Amino acid sequence: MRRLLLSGNEAVALAALESGVRLGTGYPGTPSTEILEAFSGLGGRAQWSPNEKVALEVAIGAAFGGARALCTMKHVGLNVAADPLFTVAYTGVSGGLVIVSADDPGMASSQNEQDNRRYAEAAGVPALEPSDSQEAYEFTALALEISERWEIPVLLRLTTRVCHSKTVLLLPECTTRAVPLPRFTRDIHSRVMIPANARPAHRRLRAKLQAAREWNEASGPNRWTEGERALGIIASGVAYMHAREAAPAASFLKIGMTYPLPLDTIRKFATGVERCVVIEEGDPFLADAIRAAGIQVEAKPEMYRFGELNVGRMRRILTNDVSPEPAPPRGTPPQLCPGCPHRAVFSALRNLGCIVSGDIGCYSLGVLPPFEAMDTLVCMGAAIGVGLGLRHVLPPGQRRKVVSVIGDSTFVHSGITGLVEMIYNPPEDGYVLIILDNGTTAMTGMQEHPGTGRTLQHTATGKMIFEDVVRALGVPRVHVIDPTINPQEFENLIAACLDSLDLSVVIARRNCLLAASAIRQYEKCLEPVHEHN
Amino acid sequence: MSTTRTINIVIAGLGGQGVLKASDITADAAFRAGFNVKKSELHGMSQRGGSVTSDIRFGESVLSPMIPEGEADFLVAISPEQVEPNHHLLRPEGTLIHAGLIDAGALKNKKSVNVALLGKLSRSLQLPDEAWMEAIRANLPEKLHEVNLNAFVLGRTA
Ligand SMILES: Cc1ncc(C[n+]2csc(CCOP(=O)(O)OP(=O)(O)O)c2C)c(N)n1
Ligand code: SF4
Repeated sequence: MRRLLLSGNEAVALAALESGVRLGTGYPGTPSTEILEAFSGLGGRAQWSPNEKVALEVAIGAAFGGARALCTMKHVGLNVAADPLFTVAYTGVSGGLVIVSADDPGMASSQNEQDNRRYAEAAGVPALEPSDSQEAYEFTALALEISERWEIPVLLRLTTRVCHSKTVLLLPECTTRAVPLPRFTRDIHSRVMIPANARPAHRRLRAKLQAAREWNEASGPNRWTEGERALGIIASGVAYMHAREAAPAASFLKIGMTYPLPLDTIRKFATGVERCVVIEEGDPFLADAIRAAGIQVEAKPEMYRFGELNVGRMRRILTNDVSPEPAPPRGTPPQLCPGCPHRAVFSALRNLGCIVSGDIGCYSLGVLPPFEAMDTLVCMGAAIGVGLGLRHVLPPGQRRKVVSVIGDSTFVHSGITGLVEMIYNPPEDGYVLIILDNGTTAMTGMQEHPGTGRTLQHTATGKMIFEDVVRALGVPRVHVIDPTINPQEFENLIAACLDSLDLSVVIARRNCLLAASAIRQYEKCLEPVHEHN
Repeated sequence: MSTTRTINIVIAGLGGQGVLKASDITADAAFRAGFNVKKSELHGMSQRGGSVTSDIRFGESVLSPMIPEGEADFLVAISPEQVEPNHHLLRPEGTLIHAGLIDAGALKNKKSVNVALLGKLSRSLQLPDEAWMEAIRANLPEKLHEVNLNAFVLGRTA
């Protein structure tokens, strides 16, 4: 036996490697980022894509070719990848395809706390929910098997605590299993989703889900622990651990595969106990489905839909305590690092009294004092479209102050189509877009992206040159400037762009302070020096 | 100290102070000593100077990876301003270990105060020395071994 101490993310990576995954794709996003980095570190083939949609499409191609593939993202990433998801459920796959969605209940570092089990149901793909690193390993391997058995993509739903907690794993010695060599076999009826093929494909999908449900009922990764009859708890994910600690004597039905649900087992469990409570983090996904099947269970009170669960909240749920919870003491909020190049940009925008359509990244901290220079933030890439919309409707005095601010990684992710919109439907008084090119994806821990010209492994590759792309699209005014050298000059440039009533793109280029020394090393093709303790 | 009961340790500080490193080392030391261990924290904006806390729990069996409020046996505060917002995590008879207990002047590298505090903590935990030393070596690059092993010993004798 091997005994290991790993985070859930590391466990997924190890399982992927030992299960013969040939390609890992994804886009960074807390709390999922470390999966691909660890997979690469272990020797797996891993690559960052420009965004989650492309990442999933590349993984689908690999799975069509008969290879096992893993695609990782944070929960909101699946919104971006939803289009291929819904149809790859119809086409099915040859090689196992596992899509990791790392949900963030409590929004430790996200803009919403959506529950992506909803996607499993909406798209019609099985969902597995591990509760610790041991299960993160086991369920990754199982997800690949399920995927190949029913030729269906599988969603592995992790949550922040499962991704980032380290727990002990006991694993049999690794026997790297032989997986068939990739090979393309023509199957037009399954793979080409014109309506004539998609109609039978939808029926096939429902039949596969029915078979998967029966399997889940008979031998799915669900655990029934006999305890007191007075209280039965149905739980999934890390919430199961909190519940076991809060109510050690209760009977438990732990659901590992939460879509399609083993409703017969659940019914048997629920009728065998006096009180049956469903405990889950996020939406009442299980509770709603169980009640819809006519099974009498208690759901958690609505107030526990918000935020993470923990042992304390579990005790409150079990005693039906809906009194207001004391607010946790406020810690120190994060802020832009001293010397961060984004600082000069937000100082200028503040001085100019701009209406700033912002986006997501370290630079979102520009919303906090002393800058308070961000007025909107919706989702990645939205800076441009939202800013253009504001410009289209506001009176001249206001609209001439609207600018968009977007990070380099975010621009590649989903800003390019916004830029095309800017050229195609230009506002009457022009527009100003500022791309904050700090040479890295800083927010999620310094990942590479197509604009850095380096791969996930920090080796040189094709590079997307922002100014070339912007010029090629026909933007009349394109400026590249280091905003930190002369902040006043930067401010004057933005003011001049605003006054020009023309379309301008300003690329504010200066490496992230924390990434700068590593970037210099990569540029010299050397290993980075870790100076952090 | 009885080891059948789960031991709960919270490490608190600001981003960049080495909270996560300290908790990795502690969890690894308990793991090497043969215990069941869980450790948990929220990453994310941790590099940008905001509050960071990490929970380490070890014993025979550990369920939730998060320490329930008021059940921490130890609060290790790397920065003094993190004591107040985290004090409610400590049980009434719990122990506060704070940076004031370390003679910062005697540290070769100020950044290793996190490891010095682990030295202090180690006196109250019955984990073998060897487990701590191996954990420090395994979690830090080689060029930082000596300075951190020294910091650990300094904290242990403080
Ligand atoms: C759809 C989606 N994917 C991923 C994320 C996570 N995420 C937020 S911002 C960001 C990129 C930040 O990089 P960049 O735009 O270069 O700004 P920086 O942090 O470097 O300032 C990522 C990956 C997200 N919020 N939404
Ligand atoms: S990590 Fe880089 S981009 Fe983020 S705040 Fe610090 S210097 Fe700025």
